[in-house]
Parts: sequence; C-alpha cells; structure tokens
Amino acid sequence: MLKGVTRLVSRVHKAKHEEKHEGQHYNLPLQDMKTIFPHGLPPRYAMQMKTFNEACLMVRKPALELLHYLKNTNFAHPAVRYVLYGEKGTGKTLSLCHIIHFCAKQDWLILHIPDAHLWVKDCRDLLQSSYNKQRFDQPLEASVWLKNFKTTNERFLNQIKIQEKYVWNKRESIEKGSSLGEVVEQGITRVRNATDAVGIVLKELKRQSSLGIFHLLVAVDGVNALWGRTTLKREDKSPIAAEELALIHNLRKMVKNDWNGGAIVMTLSQTGSLFKPRKAYLPQELLGKEGFDALDPFIPILVGNYNPKEFESCIQYYLENSWLQHEKAHTEEGKKELLFLSNGNPGQLERLCAYL
Amino acid sequence: MAASCVSCGAVVSQRLLLRPRVSLAPRQVLWRAAELQSVPGPQILRLKHVTVVTTKKNVKALRRETYTVDFIKKQIEEFNIGKRHLANMMGEDPETFTQEDIDRAIAYLFPSGLFEKRARPVMKHPEQIFPKQKATQWGEDGRPFHYLFYTGKQSYYSLMHDTYGKILDIEKHKNQLQAKGLFSEKDKTTDLIGSRWLIKEELEEMLVEKLSDQDYAQFVRLMERLLQGGAAGEFVQSFRRSVTVQSEKQPIEPVQHDAQGMAFSTSEGRRKSAKAEAVVYEHGNGRIKINGIDYLLYFPVLQDREQLMFPFHFLDRLGKHDVTCTVSGGGRSAQAGAIRLAMARALCSFVTEEEVEWMRQAGLLTSDPRVRERKKPGQEGARRKFTWKKR
Repeated sequence: MLKGVTRLVSRVHKAKHEEKHEGQHYNLPLQDMKTIFPHGLPPRYAMQMKTFNEACLMVRKPALELLHYLKNTNFAHPAVRYVLYGEKGTGKTLSLCHIIHFCAKQDWLILHIPDAHLWVKDCRDLLQSSYNKQRFDQPLEASVWLKNFKTTNERFLNQIKIQEKYVWNKRESIEKGSSLGEVVEQGITRVRNATDAVGIVLKELKRQSSLGIFHLLVAVDGVNALWGRTTLKREDKSPIAAEELALIHNLRKMVKNDWNGGAIVMTLSQTGSLFKPRKAYLPQELLGKEGFDALDPFIPILVGNYNPKEFESCIQYYLENSWLQHEKAHTEEGKKELLFLSNGNPGQLERLCAYL
Repeated sequence: MAASCVSCGAVVSQRLLLRPRVSLAPRQVLWRAAELQSVPGPQILRLKHVTVVTTKKNVKALRRETYTVDFIKKQIEEFNIGKRHLANMMGEDPETFTQEDIDRAIAYLFPSGLFEKRARPVMKHPEQIFPKQKATQWGEDGRPFHYLFYTGKQSYYSLMHDTYGKILDIEKHKNQLQAKGLFSEKDKTTDLIGSRWLIKEELEEMLVEKLSDQDYAQFVRLMERLLQGGAAGEFVQSFRRSVTVQSEKQPIEPVQHDAQGMAFSTSEGRRKSAKAEAVVYEHGNGRIKINGIDYLLYFPVLQDREQLMFPFHFLDRLGKHDVTCTVSGGGRSAQAGAIRLAMARALCSFVTEEEVEWMRQAGLLTSDPRVRERKKPGQEGARRKFTWKKR
C-alpha cells in the first residue's frame, strides 16, 4: 500500500458518524484494536487487518441506527436490548465491533463475550461447581475470558470496588471494598475459581452500573447459544442443558433488563450454533421459544447485504489496497460479475476477492 | 480333357457346397461355384470370390454375400407387392402409400421395445437394405469391360481421369477466349456457399469402392482445381451436399405477459436427473429465486453460482433480468446445470437471432446428454473392475 497515494475513500472521524457517511470506510488505530479487541474479531477480518496493516470498518446503516439509539439512551431506564440478526455473512459481528469501539471511545465499560457458542461446545474439562453443586464450571474458558476482560478494561478495574465479601475456599477470601482487579487476578491465577470469579464480576458490574459511575455495555455475540442445546456431556454420557453451566447461567442473568445505566447489544449467529438448520436467521428460529421469551422485549435490527453504493465502496477499498490483482477487477463488467456471484453478501464478497 | 476336368471339378464343388459346416483340416480353401443351374455343355467355373475357413470349430466362416441383379429385381417386385398388401391392410390407398406410411404401419403392426432402432423390424426398399454391389466386371471371355479394371479402383480412377479431362478442356477454352480477347472474369463462388464436398464415406458409397484417405484428399484437390478453372456446373454440383443451418431448429419460446404487464418467458431444462423450470422477467434487478430461496443460500458453492451466471454474462445482461425458478431431483451440480439450460432457453425469446446462434455455438442451449452409466455385473462399478489377484 503506497503511503503517498491520496485515498479515494474518505476517512471519517468516528464520533461524527451520520447518514451521509454511510458506505464509507473509517480507520481504527491499531493500538486501540489491541486493547479493545483482544478477542472478538472475526478470524477473517483479523487476517485482513494483518495483511493491510490497518483496520478499516465500513459505516453501515444498522450500525448507524444503533449508534443513534445509544447516543440517546436514557440511563435511568432499564437497559435496552438490541438484537442484530441477519443472513450468514452480512456483517453482524463487525457491526457489533463498530458499536464496541464507539462505546469504548465514549469511555464505557465493555463487557464483550466474543462468541457464546465457544462456551457450550468442545470443552475439555468440566468441574463441578464449588458454589452450586448442580452446576458445572469451565475453568479454561473462564480464565481466558478474564484475561481479555482485563486487557480491555484496565482502568476501570481499580476504580470499581466490590460491595460484598466472597469466600473462595477455606483459606482464601476476598474482602468487601477491594477492587475488581483483585477478583480478576484471583480468577486468572487460580484457574479452579475462574468461573466463580466471572460470576462475581458480572454480579458486581450489574449492581454498580445503576449507581452511575460508569456506563456498561454488554455485548454478546452468538447469544442464541445461551438458550440452545450443548454438545457437552457428563461422565455418564448424559447431555448437559445450558442452564447447568455456571457461565451460561450468569450470562443469562446479565442480559436480563433488570438493571440500568447501560445497554445490551446482542448478535444472533447461525455459524457456530448447534443443531440449527443452515438457513435459519430469524430471532424466533435461532433463539427458540425459551430464548425469545427471555429476551422479549428487544429491538431487532436487520443487517442485510450490501446495497450498490456500499458494494462499490468495498470494491474501491480493495482496489486501493491492491488486494484485487485481476485485470478485470476494476472494469464495470468485472464488478457486475462480482456483484452477481456474491449477491452483495459481504462475507461471500470477501472470500471471492481473496482469490483474485 | 480340360472340359471333363472342369465338369468333375464342378461336381466336387457341388458336393462341397452340400456340406458347408463340416470341420475341415486347417487352412482349406473352399471353391464355390457361381451358378449351378442346369446349363447344358461344359460349365465354366467363374471365380466369384474366395472365402477362408478358420481353424476354430465354432466360428462361422466369413462370407460376403453376393446378390445378383435378378435377385435384387425380384426383391424389388416383392417389396412393391408387399407395399400394396400393407396399404390394403391399413385401409389406405395403395397408389399414394409413401415410405413414412410404411414405417408407421410397421411400427403399429410390430411394436418393439428394443432400444436399438436398427434392431427393430423394418420394411424398406431393397436398394436401401442390400448393399450396393458391382455387377460382373468382365464378359464371357474373361476380358474386363472397363479399361481401368486392372487398377483395382476403376470407377475412382476413371472419375479422376474425366475430371482432369474437363480441366484441360476448360483451360483450352479459356486460352481460346483470351486469344480472341473475349475472356471475362466471372464470379464463381456464389453457388458454393452453403454446400460442402462429399465426405469420404459418401464418395465410397457413390463409387461402390473402398478408398484410402490419400485417394480422397487427391480427389478433393482435383475438384478444387476444377473449380478454380471455370464455373461450377452440374458435374461439380453432383459432388456437393448442402449444409443445413442448425439454429433454425432451435424452438424459441413466445414472450408472455403476466397480470402487472411484465413481460416474461418460461422454459424447462434437464440435466442428469434434475428438472428445472425457469421464469425469466424482462426487466429486473438481477435477483434469482430458486424454490422461493435466494440463490446465494440455495447454492453456497461458488461453482454452482458461476454456472448460473454464465448465460447472463455471455449476453452481457448481468443485472437486467429477474428469475424465479423451481427445480427438483438430481444433486447440486445437476440442479445448477438444469437451471442454466432453462434460463438460457428462456432468454432466447428476449434476444436477437444472431445472439441465439452465438449461444448455441457456446453450448448454452444444448442439453447435456451425459447420464449415469449403468453398473455391469462382474465389475464393481460402471468401469472399475474387481481387484485383480494374480493367484
């Protein structure tokens, strides 16, 4: 990428996004990406970031809509739930990342669960929870998440003080008034108690966000995992329901709108989901009755394929970065071909352009 | 002396004929008498042909049947009588009973379930059934009639000789005209368009002789030279066949209009065991719906979507038509191919004749004849044999 070349696509300052900026890319500083997104970026986007040596997101209508709502949130009211849904590959996760970045710049506390599906499948070790005998712990996933949480929200961890005493085991306990950072440390070092640490973090944050010290953004990707089936089994090969996992249980409490001082943004995802048909994308289909009732009422936001302007902008972005090497890529017919083959689907388009 | 030897030879050969299938000692040559009618006087053994009997007991001797001229004439008479009988049977007028009527009548009277069309019962004029053969080439004294008999391919060489004679005549004529100053350049190529030279098989059939490839090439070169010299006459036209234009055979769907006044056209396509029906609207955005589902979701594989893109991309109409189609059967590739064929056929009605011809040449309008080959007994699959074990 030549530094001296003037950009055809204008870069906009992120806080000033409005409708007229729709379809344009804006640049995110790489340093921010490391802090805000230690986890949570789609893998292909992370590869693209590494290749282009910059992180660029397109400003699109669903994200703009959400930003508008978030800017006008009334923090006295209970947290509003927003659900981003759409076909596979339309850009739900990246829209979520856009929102998270915006809120991080506005100094909110980000509680980002990169993919809830990772917590309900392929877990190696399940421990019986010390806190509640019926539930199961997932030490590995919990500790990994705590590490990432720490990276994202360093500065808040020392400010927030817990308001209760928690006893880890016979020898260790944590006093009231100590900072949240210590809880997180405990969870990271003592892997056995990681899940409980996560539970404590969630509970405290929920309680304290209503006080108004900070704004809390709960961002969950693949929220339909919370109410679906799991592939985990007990030692006697009987399946575990989602409620029996401590992490899931706590997260469910988190997305209930009985707290105020923030917002909950969620994405549905069929890609990682278990036992759901490929073509399902509506909230009703993916959440199931239980999930739908639990999340009701929420604001659904449909994320669709690119419209012609956005498509054009995306192609221009790739051309600028010399990603499309084919001679016909910048001709009209080439663009029409790409449009037909991908049908404006961002994911498909990205995969197509990877070959060219 | 000679006569008596010949006559006893005839008797011997007669006896040999009566026992045709006796197993003979290796490599014996059978002499077959041509005519064994009771002709008074010494019979002259005329060598018609030689047959070779192989050593194996069960393989029948390869014989080339000869049909005499009288035999063929008799067959023709029988055919005509049979045709009149058939016409009577079917209740039609015997005078105006054509070959198509005969074919239909036979198909009706002898229905056959055989797949091979050539194995079904057929009643055709003897000229078409019995292969053309040459009449005897030599006279009573054994001297051949044709002056080029001993070349082996008398009709071919005589044709070449005549053609060369004509070339020389034309050149002489041209020289005479030039000498007189009346020579004029004429356009000679108009009557050659839309026709082609005879192919080798057709020439062989015409001359009733086997030709080699070099012979055929030489013939074509000589004909070309003849054409260069002068105008093509009747002589040359007899060696040319017309080439039919293929695209006229492509049926074009009529354009229909639906309730809102939108013009659309429907057609079907098939591939392997998938059947598709496509409705292409004339004005649209380039959306394609298959069985009510968007084509991006129905065909997650890129290859199938490329197949769908082909007809539109070829005609440069990528975003201009809307398509709704239904498809059933087959696998994903077969369904994609079937839809592509259906769409191409439907597009024919919105497109000029020339573009239809281009599409046909691109192979968009041909239905793919490849079907799954049957598994044979004794083999693991259609082609794959069982693992061969040496012991």
